[in-house]
Amino acid sequence: MIKNINFLRKPSREKFNLFFSIGIFLFSLGLIDVTLNSLFDVNITSFFPRVLNYFTPLIFGFLGLHYLRIEFSGNKMLDKLNTNINSNWFNSILTLLIIFVLIQNIPPLLNWLIIDANFVGTTKEDCTDSGACWIFIKIWFPRLMYGLYPNTELWRINTSFIMLITLVVALFYIPIKLKKYLIIFLIFVFPFIMFNLISGGNFGLEWIETTAWGGLSLTFIISIFALILCFPIGMFLALGRRSSAPVTRYSSIGFIEFWRGVPLITVLFMASVMFPMFLPDGVYMDKLFRVIIAITLFEAAYMAEVIRGGLQALPRGQYDAAKSLGMGYWRLHMLVILPQALKLVIPGIANTFLALVKDTPLILVVGLLELVGMIDMAKTNPDWLGFATEGYVFAGILFWIICYSMSRYSQRLEKKYKTDR
Amino acid sequence: MSEKIIQMEKVNKWFGDFQVLKDIDLEVAPKQKIVVCGPSGSGKSTLIRCINRLEEHQKGKIVVDGIELTENTKDIEQIRAEVGMVFQQFNLFPHLSILDNCTLAPIWVKKIPKLKAEELAMKQLEQVKISDQAKKFPGQLSGGQQQRAALARALCMEPKIMLFDEPTSALDPEMIKEVLDAMVNLAKGGMTMIVVTHEMGFAKEVADEVIFMDEGMIVERAETKEFFANPKNDRTKLFLSQIL
Ligand SMILES: Nc1ncnc2c1ncn2[C@@H]1O[C@H](COP(=O)(O)OP(=O)(O)O)[C@@H](O)[C@H]1O
Ligand SMILES: [Mg+2]
Repeated sequence: MIKNINFLRKPSREKFNLFFSIGIFLFSLGLIDVTLNSLFDVNITSFFPRVLNYFTPLIFGFLGLHYLRIEFSGNKMLDKLNTNINSNWFNSILTLLIIFVLIQNIPPLLNWLIIDANFVGTTKEDCTDSGACWIFIKIWFPRLMYGLYPNTELWRINTSFIMLITLVVALFYIPIKLKKYLIIFLIFVFPFIMFNLISGGNFGLEWIETTAWGGLSLTFIISIFALILCFPIGMFLALGRRSSAPVTRYSSIGFIEFWRGVPLITVLFMASVMFPMFLPDGVYMDKLFRVIIAITLFEAAYMAEVIRGGLQALPRGQYDAAKSLGMGYWRLHMLVILPQALKLVIPGIANTFLALVKDTPLILVVGLLELVGMIDMAKTNPDWLGFATEGYVFAGILFWIICYSMSRYSQRLEKKYKTDR
Repeated sequence: MSEKIIQMEKVNKWFGDFQVLKDIDLEVAPKQKIVVCGPSGSGKSTLIRCINRLEEHQKGKIVVDGIELTENTKDIEQIRAEVGMVFQQFNLFPHLSILDNCTLAPIWVKKIPKLKAEELAMKQLEQVKISDQAKKFPGQLSGGQQQRAALARALCMEPKIMLFDEPTSALDPEMIKEVLDAMVNLAKGGMTMIVVTHEMGFAKEVADEVIFMDEGMIVERAETKEFFANPKNDRTKLFLSQIL
């Protein structure tokens, strides 16, 4: 019977059981080979020549997947797998490589992150296992969140952020009529409340220098202010660049090209070192303010170009129609053009916002310490030398969570506003 | 003179070196219906787009409803609010529902209260027989429905003059009639209309006068019956023989 089967031909569904068993057997052999090889240092195929036995898992897996590729097998699971990850020999190799890479890397990673990691204790000496020393993060956690802000005043930061979150959540649940006012409050009033609460100086609150601010809360403060400010500025720059008035157009172009041409680090240095020299004597502007303004203008230039892309995508007919209904420049743009253009460039806007959040650690160069800056400080503390990896992994995970949520949110917005042509 | 609602005197326009309009003289009385025809590229669109200043003319004089068209933006916006326009490509606002398309300008330009604007819009949508589509978005409608919605949107501004730029040219044949019917109804209601179209049946039914344009000039202008029965100019004859 075996003679009747051409092993290199397509497996047929008449001999389903035979092909299925051979396929599964070979595929499992490949998996076992990799697992033993990479996790237990055992090589079951060492009797093959060296060059060959390095590739044996791939060869076994490849043949296995070949025999499993039974068209219209009648088995729903198998058909689905075949069409998705095993539709031809190229895809089957990709599938195998991905599986093998995961097998090789996930267990050691889990070991380091969780299984062999140290969670209990208060000092460096408590980190006895071979994995990560999360005690480092635990002990430094308040500093990583709040910087050098005095411990007794932490409630002020907490209150501001809880208020912010409550207001933003409320935005989704209150009636549409009130929404407008809440948004105006959030954008124009709330930032000042938040700023006053955190910096103090009024209402009997102790004044706390912005140099003491830091950690993740500073990341958020800078990001939120810069995000809120850079959006409208970018919008006006984009409109300005398309204006028919030469003065407006050329100043917009000049502004955009200037900020796009300078590295952020330079901008930050200029904001902290050079900018004060231009201020009249006796006028003082806080370093944090200057940095927020610098980041805002920097990102606004990028925002402007993103929005301009959206404006250019709109057909002339939209302008004609709006004009023919008697709309002037501002009504035409606010009611007809911008809503459509912004909708088109939601992915680009999200991109710029993400870049902004991820650029905040650069404020390190002017002596402001947000999350990454605090980690830099913690890792050089004589009591805690040698835990840089834990710190950066922690920062990486936090940044990833923040950015991924923003990205998801932008995708939701995209779907929501999709009215389609 | 003063009873004319549109007056164009020696209007000239260039796109760069290319002269699109050459010494156009045109007068339109209130309630008059005029059909403009002519070969493609002859300047028909440019002519009617000059009337609400979607295009600027460089020489000559255009007076609409007693207001001369100049650089003055206030005047231009006022004229545009009084002159409705329907385009070949509909140009509905795709981010707004049909109803919102119709109420946007009345609310923001004429400052009509929202509820009243919606009432008016529904009336106009009923006139063009698509009031049941009011909540949908333009992308969900057929071409014929979209064009009727565009007509309703223009009418919601209660214009004194309506301009049409080949309103049926982008439509499938079976949808042309529904749009033309809506336009005929509008004509019967006494609207002043200038219509660029090749639908000669429509011209015969509603037009008071027909204008034939070629190479940026008005070659012939005559009363409708006369225009079709006795075209004077050779180019007109040739054109009519091609499209009839
Ligand atoms: N924005 C423009 N820039 C340059 N040339 C144009 C522009 N619009 C129209 N034209 C030219 O002007 C001429 C007349 O155009 P148009 O008024 O659209 O003609 P019609 O509507 O009769 O087909 C055409 O030759 C066209 O190529
Ligand atoms: Mg045309």
